[in-house]
Amino acid sequence: MTPLTGDVAAYLRNRARWSPLEIAFWIFAFATIWLFPGKYLILKDTAILALFALSLDLILGYAGILSLGQAAFFGISGYFAGLVAKYGIINEPVIALLLGGLVAAALGFVTSFLVLRGSDLTRLMVTLGVSLMLYEVANRYSNITGGADGLQGVEVAPILGRFRFDLYGRNGYVYSLIVLFVCFVIARRIVYSPFGLSLRSIKGNALRAAAIGIPVKWRLVAIYTAAAGFAGIAGALLTQTTAFCSLDVFSLDRSADLLLVLIIGGTGYLYGGLIGAVIYKFLQDWIATLTPQYWQFWIGLVLVVIVLLGRDRIGAWNEAARNALYGAFGRLKPRPAAVGSER
Amino acid sequence: MAILETEGLEKRFGGIVAAHDVSLAIEKGARHALIGPNGAGKTTVVNLLTGVLRPTAGRIVLDGRDITALEPHERVRLGMARTFQINQLFLDLTPLETIGLAVSERLGSGGDWWRLVGSKTAVTDDIVEIVERFHLADVMHERTAILPYGKQRLLEIALAFACRPHVLLLDEPAAGVPEAERHELLATIAALPAEVTVLLIEHDMDLVFSFADRISVLVNGALFVDGAPEEVARDPRVKAVYLGEELDA
Repeated sequence: MTPLTGDVAAYLRNRARWSPLEIAFWIFAFATIWLFPGKYLILKDTAILALFALSLDLILGYAGILSLGQAAFFGISGYFAGLVAKYGIINEPVIALLLGGLVAAALGFVTSFLVLRGSDLTRLMVTLGVSLMLYEVANRYSNITGGADGLQGVEVAPILGRFRFDLYGRNGYVYSLIVLFVCFVIARRIVYSPFGLSLRSIKGNALRAAAIGIPVKWRLVAIYTAAAGFAGIAGALLTQTTAFCSLDVFSLDRSADLLLVLIIGGTGYLYGGLIGAVIYKFLQDWIATLTPQYWQFWIGLVLVVIVLLGRDRIGAWNEAARNALYGAFGRLKPRPAAVGSER
Repeated sequence: MAILETEGLEKRFGGIVAAHDVSLAIEKGARHALIGPNGAGKTTVVNLLTGVLRPTAGRIVLDGRDITALEPHERVRLGMARTFQINQLFLDLTPLETIGLAVSERLGSGGDWWRLVGSKTAVTDDIVEIVERFHLADVMHERTAILPYGKQRLLEIALAFACRPHVLLLDEPAAGVPEAERHELLATIAALPAEVTVLLIEHDMDLVFSFADRISVLVNGALFVDGAPEEVARDPRVKAVYLGEELDA
């Protein structure tokens, strides 16, 4: 083996290695179960939002598909989980969760062909349109969905037949966090695989990606479908942990919040959705206690400041901080730059 | 035997005829140059050959197979790759990732979503061979966006070469490369394996005449003259419309 072969092989092996910072992140995430016992409800909502944001990051940050309609997948699976629990069709939450993800993925697959035509603006409108239509379908069939009153009488069985959803929300939070972690590991595998690399190339230059033999359209269909599945799992989690589902799972606000979360956290490195969700939820919670009526003003201000400062500058600070940390850990040269960071 | 052939290829954009009745035959292993003044339709022909544009009429045959209706990525899989006149690279990736991407794709693991890139030794070995051939070893961990132009140009060709094409289309490979980096680039092009058929689209007459063993001249979207370099150089019509101005300059 020549030195160069060794170098290339080692680089490719180490590319996807978990960094100390990532490990610390997850240790802290799980430690919150014991650290903040009074905060289970907001922590659980954060975990679900983080998973939902992860699904948007997969298509926006890695494949460059701008969407205002992730709520369609969140909502359809949310209702699916609610209905199967209400009518006792599937009594085990984990199985219902996975099936909910599959239902959402199926919807993602079908709608992907509409979305993949055209430019950013077209995609934005098509994704928005699909979720608006589903909203009104759910509204129209209120005999099934409960319409504006929401789906009442959902009773979710214990997880794996053992862990009951308790009043304090502890099991609900632990369940959500574990699901988030498992989904994250899968997403991480995906983005470091040859498939994930090909997505980044498509985002970078679709013309060239096709010119080196990548079936651009099918790769986008695949990731759109997978991301819809993740969004669906998040939606089912919300229904299961609240024993309720209402029309607002399909709302435009929900999709728009998701973009906000990713703008706060950054796209294309997987943690953006997670960090963004934490900041967004706690900022919202904190501001709401200060000014219960006008909290959106401050969220808006944060948004404007972030966009004006520009992602590049924040990315550069981030990079500098990361380099310092890597230096402190005495680790290998860090990976080159936050991949595909948005302008 | 011709490995790549076109028959009566035509492309119209509304009323404008960008390519008219282009019938080319490129022999296996040839170093074939396609030349012509600005706006002659050279890049249109490349875009037709690679499937970026669909012809209005005519057909394209690669290795005995009609590929006229195939998608660009399907043509790559059948053994035809191209470079671009203006670099089309993945600026956020490193050269190593870029080449790894193309190699994974060719070895059939491009859709593999669970394994890591380069977990197969065949992929690693191939990456190393290409990185060395194109003198990219010293910059392979840098982001492509910050590479010197000459290195980006090399990567542009390396990326097409990583598809292991039977036919390689080079669209003005030396365009804009500063003198200091030019030599490395030309030497690399000259050292391409003999079994790879090369179609060179070029403005630079020194490069064309030192490299090509056959030349086709395109004028106003139509094939004008086709022959060995000496014939083309001697042809009075070519001198009049094209080489005349170039050689006098």
